[in-house]
Amino acid sequence: IGSHNFKEICFFERNKSCKIYSLSFFFLLPASALTTGIYMIFSTNPEMATQEVQPNETLTNLKAESDTLKTKLEDERAKLHDVELHQVAEKVDGLGQFIMKTRRTLKGHGNKVLCMDWCKDKRRIVSSSQDGKVIVWDAFTTNKEHAVTMPCTWVMACAYAPSGCAVACGGLDNKCSVYPLSLDKNENLAAKKKSVAMHTNYLSACSFTNSDMQILTSSGDGTCALWDVESGQLLQSFHGHTADVLCLDLAPSETGNTFVSGGCDKKANVWDMRSGQCIQSFETHESDINSVRYYPSGDAFASGSDDATCRLYDLRADREVAIYSKESIIFGASSVDFSLSGRLLFGGYNDYTINVWDVLKGTRVSILFGHENRVSTLRLSPDGTAFCTGSWDHTLRIWA
Amino acid sequence: MTIRTLRDYGQHYRPRMACLKNVEVFVVEMQDPKSGVKGADQKLNVTIIPHVINGQDILAWIVTKMKVTTEEAQAFGTMLVAYGYIYPLQNHRKLVLVPDSTLYRFQTPYFWPVQKWPAEDIDYAIYLARRNIRKKGMLEPYEQQHYDNLHKWMNPKWDFIVMQATEQYKANKERKKPDRVVLDCQERAYWIVHRPPVLTFDVVRRTNIFLTQALMRSAVKSSVSLTAFVKFVTTHHNHDPFLTTPVPSNPWITDSDEFWQLNSRSVDIPTKLSVERWVLSFWELISDPRGRVDFKLFLKKEHSAENMAFYEAAEEMRWGAASAIPEKSQFIFNTFLKPGAPRWINIDGRTMGLTVKGLVVPHRYVLDAAQTHIFLLMKKDTFYRYLKSPVHKDMQKRALVPAPHVFTDAQLEANVRNRNPGVSPILQWQQEEEEKAAAAVAARPIDVKAMVATNKLDRK
Repeated sequence: IGSHNFKEICFFERNKSCKIYSLSFFFLLPASALTTGIYMIFSTNPEMATQEVQPNETLTNLKAESDTLKTKLEDERAKLHDVELHQVAEKVDGLGQFIMKTRRTLKGHGNKVLCMDWCKDKRRIVSSSQDGKVIVWDAFTTNKEHAVTMPCTWVMACAYAPSGCAVACGGLDNKCSVYPLSLDKNENLAAKKKSVAMHTNYLSACSFTNSDMQILTSSGDGTCALWDVESGQLLQSFHGHTADVLCLDLAPSETGNTFVSGGCDKKANVWDMRSGQCIQSFETHESDINSVRYYPSGDAFASGSDDATCRLYDLRADREVAIYSKESIIFGASSVDFSLSGRLLFGGYNDYTINVWDVLKGTRVSILFGHENRVSTLRLSPDGTAFCTGSWDHTLRIWA
Repeated sequence: MTIRTLRDYGQHYRPRMACLKNVEVFVVEMQDPKSGVKGADQKLNVTIIPHVINGQDILAWIVTKMKVTTEEAQAFGTMLVAYGYIYPLQNHRKLVLVPDSTLYRFQTPYFWPVQKWPAEDIDYAIYLARRNIRKKGMLEPYEQQHYDNLHKWMNPKWDFIVMQATEQYKANKERKKPDRVVLDCQERAYWIVHRPPVLTFDVVRRTNIFLTQALMRSAVKSSVSLTAFVKFVTTHHNHDPFLTTPVPSNPWITDSDEFWQLNSRSVDIPTKLSVERWVLSFWELISDPRGRVDFKLFLKKEHSAENMAFYEAAEEMRWGAASAIPEKSQFIFNTFLKPGAPRWINIDGRTMGLTVKGLVVPHRYVLDAAQTHIFLLMKKDTFYRYLKSPVHKDMQKRALVPAPHVFTDAQLEANVRNRNPGVSPILQWQQEEEEKAAAAVAARPIDVKAMVATNKLDRK
């Protein structure tokens, strides 16, 4: 899988027996790309994980080492934790009252809406539902523009291509298929369907990267994978979750090299797309993580989970920095997204409501009613003017 | 999402019944004494095991019976082993069908996955306890881990488990040796399918490596990173439509799409808010399509457009189709990197050397070093010159501040009726591609010799 010989790129010497790496490549990299450099260098490390058992290595020794390393890491991180988020946020003005209403209701699905995605043109969306239908809408006029019937039910993942010329979807068929859209309304889109991803269990989420040519998928088989759309080739696979992976999100940063995934093992992992390595891992939730979303600056991400909380994780400080919860909120959060500035966090919950949180102060700003069944998906529009929610009540709503 | 019980292993342990019923039919046919797979007695470690079949025969039978190719038969055969209908005798951990003389046996229907009862933890606990009674230390490391976990979790029931295990152990002793061996094999195979071995050594090793790397990575103080969040929120406050009402109006609220039209890529004069956003950072500037257009205009005036062109070409290669990589890398090399190239980019010798060397065997990340260098050059130098440039200052002066819409109820109703359908993104994409192609042609260096040859240049 993308068997790049990193030695040729990195030009470093590796001393196998004592884990010290001399980095001649270090000096070539400009400072801000340093982190990428380190991840590239350590990428060859995992080969050591599958070596034969060394004579002095027993399982107990390894486990003891594991424990000492964990405590050491916790101590190091604790030293850097000098202030809480709400303390820093004291100087920030409070938010006023919000008037957020349903501005559009999109009716047309015959069954539970499971997933949706926005087009880059800020007004079109694609949505998928349990009955296998995938519909492309112009949400502004509420017209349906395209409709595809998938051969499987429970289409749990759908994504709009960056060019606006195709959509990808998948679910219980374990595959992710790409359908090129056409201007001709009468054309049967299913004829041009292209099967791209193949997993051994259901597809839980999919997303195009910066172009139409690559897709990132996550699956119930516990892995994420990066695929080349044209050839269907697997470019990179990401192993590390010990249970179903339910969600993923690509980083909005200039380097664009990482993504975060959340799974039923309560872990949220940050991955390097080039090497396939897990760079950071956070395990503070008490139940399945249903949704992860990056903060607009790319330095943090939020997660929504079945334990009825949403949490904010700081990537630079490598820790959880906020928990958004209330005693009155008992049902799990199925989907989260930030507003454009990152000040608001919208969460769709299984108790049919949407809670809006003040990210900095940690308080709930607003609660929105309207859906008649659980909210299954929520996404902010590309220019931040509205957000769309899809629900098990067969409808989608645009809120602004 | 359904509320998951503590020990719910998800779909792995609840096989889909419908397809398994079909598989059952095949397995029954396979065991038919006349038309099925031929089995024989096999001597294994002193004991004679009855009715052993080998992988090759299984494969051949599947090919003839299902009328498929060898590869498909191989895949189906592996499924039979993976789900536990057939189990291997020797390499019992690896659940695949090997098409040679590797030995397999049919699993007794009692242990078939289609049985109505799931593989319960309590049964597994009894099984492990029994193995433990038989011989201390007989459990493999992953089994030992499972055993410890079960012991912790099922502590109240442990007496019952031990009692059951001892009873079964005594009953087992009464059986004849060959029966006992077969039963052992079957049970072991059943549990391998339903509690697959986790390579514990590898898992722990991997965790240790991950933790070591995490320790080596430097983290930032909370005060620093949290202040950065507050700063981001503050600088973007005016650009967030939920916090500051967009001008002229939010299209979703007033049904007028003027806001989108004023901020589109091809608009002549951008809005003041857009221009302010471009100033925030280089990334914001080039992320906004209109901003990128402005930046490229500035570069053209500075005659350093090749940097942006290289950056875009490298991005295209990195995110593009795998099949296009050799061709794109060749184009990029010829246009930007080779000595005397028409749009030669100015990067330091070391990076250039690395990149050129890497291009011998191009892969999608081969230009990363050069691309990062160029990006940082533009970010740290060109961007600031752009901000001070007349192009930008002029744009700031000319930028529009649209007046906020004030619609009467009647007008709002009219807006609802006349919602603008907009341009299909497909058409817009085609348009952009055409523009790009035209720009590429225009940017190509003029070949003087060719022009002379076709007498286009008047030499008089």
